[in-house]
Amino acid sequence: MSVFPDKVLYPPNNPIGDLVRTLVPAPFSDVLNGGLAIFSLLALASLTPVVLIWLERKVAAHFQARLGPMRVGWHGTLQPVADGIKLMFKEILKPEGADTFLFFLAPILPATASFLVLTVLPFDHHLQVTDLNAGVLFVIAASGLSIFGVLLAGWSSNNKYSLLGGIRAGAQMISFEISLALLMLLIVLLSGTASLRGIVLAQQGTILDWWIFKFPLFGLVAFILFLISSTAELNRGPFDIVEAESELTGGFTTEYSGISFAMFFFAEFVNMFVAAALATTLFLGGFLAPQMGWGMLDRLLDAVPGFVWFFAKTYGVIFIYMWFRWTFPRLRVDQLMVFEWKVLLPMHLFLLAVAGFFITMEWIPL
Amino acid sequence: MNTTSSRQNSMTPGSPQKQTPASSLPSGSYFKRIVSGFISLLRGMGLTVTYLTDPRTVVTQQYPENRATLLMTPRFRACLTMVRDETGAHCCTACGLCEKACPNGTISVLTMKDLSGRKMLGKYVYRLLQCTFCNLCVETCPFGAIVMGQNYELAAYDRDALVLTLHSEEDEPHA
Amino acid sequence: MELPAGFTYRPIQNGATDEYFLNMGPQHPSTHGVLRLVLRLDGENIIEIVPHLGYVHRGIEKMGENQTYLQNIHLTDRLDYLSAYSNNLALCLAIEEALEIGVPERGEYLRVMICELQRIQSHLLWWGVLGMDMGAVTSFLYGFKEREPITDIFEELCGARLTMNFFRPGGSAFDAPETFLPRVREVISSIRKAVDEFHTLLTHNVIFQERTKGIGVLSREKALAYGCSGAVLRGSGVDYDVRKNQPYSLYDQFDFSVPTGTTGDCFDRYLVRLEEMLQATNILEQAVRRFPGGPHRSKVKAQYKLPAGSYWSQVESARGLFGVYVVADGSAKPYRIKYRSPSFSNLQVLSELVIGHKIADLVAIIATLDLVIPDIDR
Repeated sequence: MSVFPDKVLYPPNNPIGDLVRTLVPAPFSDVLNGGLAIFSLLALASLTPVVLIWLERKVAAHFQARLGPMRVGWHGTLQPVADGIKLMFKEILKPEGADTFLFFLAPILPATASFLVLTVLPFDHHLQVTDLNAGVLFVIAASGLSIFGVLLAGWSSNNKYSLLGGIRAGAQMISFEISLALLMLLIVLLSGTASLRGIVLAQQGTILDWWIFKFPLFGLVAFILFLISSTAELNRGPFDIVEAESELTGGFTTEYSGISFAMFFFAEFVNMFVAAALATTLFLGGFLAPQMGWGMLDRLLDAVPGFVWFFAKTYGVIFIYMWFRWTFPRLRVDQLMVFEWKVLLPMHLFLLAVAGFFITMEWIPL
Repeated sequence: MNTTSSRQNSMTPGSPQKQTPASSLPSGSYFKRIVSGFISLLRGMGLTVTYLTDPRTVVTQQYPENRATLLMTPRFRACLTMVRDETGAHCCTACGLCEKACPNGTISVLTMKDLSGRKMLGKYVYRLLQCTFCNLCVETCPFGAIVMGQNYELAAYDRDALVLTLHSEEDEPHA
Repeated sequence: MELPAGFTYRPIQNGATDEYFLNMGPQHPSTHGVLRLVLRLDGENIIEIVPHLGYVHRGIEKMGENQTYLQNIHLTDRLDYLSAYSNNLALCLAIEEALEIGVPERGEYLRVMICELQRIQSHLLWWGVLGMDMGAVTSFLYGFKEREPITDIFEELCGARLTMNFFRPGGSAFDAPETFLPRVREVISSIRKAVDEFHTLLTHNVIFQERTKGIGVLSREKALAYGCSGAVLRGSGVDYDVRKNQPYSLYDQFDFSVPTGTTGDCFDRYLVRLEEMLQATNILEQAVRRFPGGPHRSKVKAQYKLPAGSYWSQVESARGLFGVYVVADGSAKPYRIKYRSPSFSNLQVLSELVIGHKIADLVAIIATLDLVIPDIDR
């Protein structure tokens, strides 16, 4: 932690946790605090899709010169609730010949994976369930789990469309995982720490100290590449070849209905939130306020709680994902692979080399 | 990029010309292709975001809510109706031309005789179920007794509800 | 292992293979109706496909034998529902030829303008659906947004938006309403602006170009051999358009060019259609300027009885050459009526085009062939 001596080191404790510690004796307070943390993450994980589904439908609608949901609640705000209730009460169908265990296991895995990643995200100075010193590694490992869900769903459905979708998913997600890992490595290299909190703290200062700007020009390129790779990792348009409605009808979700479909749907949106949160943490200074270097304004910006900045930036990135999806046509499966292995990967390796060079020359102030 | 110029060319009359593609795949080196491809994507995003930010571009209607303001054009073709004047009288003479004109057997004109023995309309059966709204019956009617109505909400829960009697003795308003 | 019916290429050897069959359709998002394709696949690669037709076969040609010529016009609406006017016109031309009925000038202008409007609205729908097949859902709504004013014009003109039943021997059922010309002028300018937007959103888009260039290349010879027509034929570089080569109605009095492609791939067919929209606006512009007064229909006959003999007429519908062949026996009903629908011939090349391509390409190829299934099945 001595890497950035002149920077503020926020205490990792928050008032609620401290209060619990003063009220409850030692071993139980930790359990209670852990419980509280998990509960709040669960609340976040279940509320995020509700907000995002509404947002996606609204944003998509306005991109398409429509209004979107307008009936349920004010401007359709309760539409996701209505959708959720509908999905819960729908019959769950299992196709004949499907592998029952895997068929019902598959929807659980992606949701689990995205939930695991949430545990290491620093939402604010004092809001983080656990600050692993290998946080980036944990993120890569945990998000890799979601591939299993998609693959198993494709395999166990006993449907050729599902199988094609599953196989496409396997190829796509594994390829882009490499890209994402390389980009995370780049930030780890620049920050000198693999803890997500450490990465955020390494970006303290003005807005120009965020990695998107601090690593001159290359930072911006890396951010754009991160957006592209994570869009592919999320299976969202223009990389939605896994679901590819016009080709594979529904891809791996073809045979799913009711709540098991909802689980996939759910995970997709939590995943989108997680990916955007990672982009925020790695490139946009996480929970730090966008300080401009003007005394008055900076103090004003600093007065806003960190988690507000975090969510604002995250939703900004989410908007970019939606913008991508509702503008571009879909890539073909082989083009996607060519794009990953012949364009993205060399660029990422090049960026990594440049970063190494910058650090050796000590051109980046640490 | 050169859409305007290609349009200018094609506007000139004369023999058909070989068309030059409005834009070709970014040719040239690997890097040039990536950059020009990236720019093409940004342009597309620029277009869609103008729609997002401008609420005036919304073109859809909120249908059941705007029923009151939703007007059909005068020639709109929906459920067949019989024209009636202020006294409620119609001018159908039960000639049966519409029945003959209909391609689907939608109309049955049942006649009866009045006290003086003249043929008159007994029952005008219109099977909305079978109607393709082709307007041929209205066109053939020499008296303008029937028109295509403006009511476009024609769904019903019961098939029988879609067999209408446009005119019958029971319907006749007692003037 | 036996191959299912219709497959012709090398049979599968003793099951020692990774090939499999996949049913695409009759219910599938990108077969645009109820076309059923049986794909023989090796992974994602298509080895062979066999289209199965007839899911919306309504026996329109047989039905036509029991209906008078006037009643037959409304049946032609239901062949290619996106170019109902052109279909109406083709049958009317056959009747007019047989009975030597003339059409007043205003009626002819109305015919040309309506058919060109129809061509534009059909292409707009095609463009939107193409985008959706490619995964760009937004383009679907943009296409429909531009199409709406045109269908509004149709609704005001004849009261229907899709199955118009508008043209009659000797003219049309209705005269143009007063608002017709101003609305057409509006459409002309809005379409020109829209096509620019379309270029920005799809044509120039690098992903779209990668998806369509060099995909489904239809050679000039094959296009001719299969009897393709419309943009499919012109995309392959054959400069044939019924409006230019065998002008009907007033098309010989308008200045317009017939766009053609060079390679015959999906992108060429795409560009040809977009250019056709602009050319249609050129025709409309000239027609609006010269739109004459007077009657819109020559004298109406109570019954149209074609003298015994056979009659052929053809028009360039939005999808290509639409022909009507009528065998008349002198009565009020045709003895036999046969429709030559462009989509049927255009579909036949599909099984040649897709070989070696991927499933995603198949979707792009189907979309650029612009098939309307009821037109194929009739």
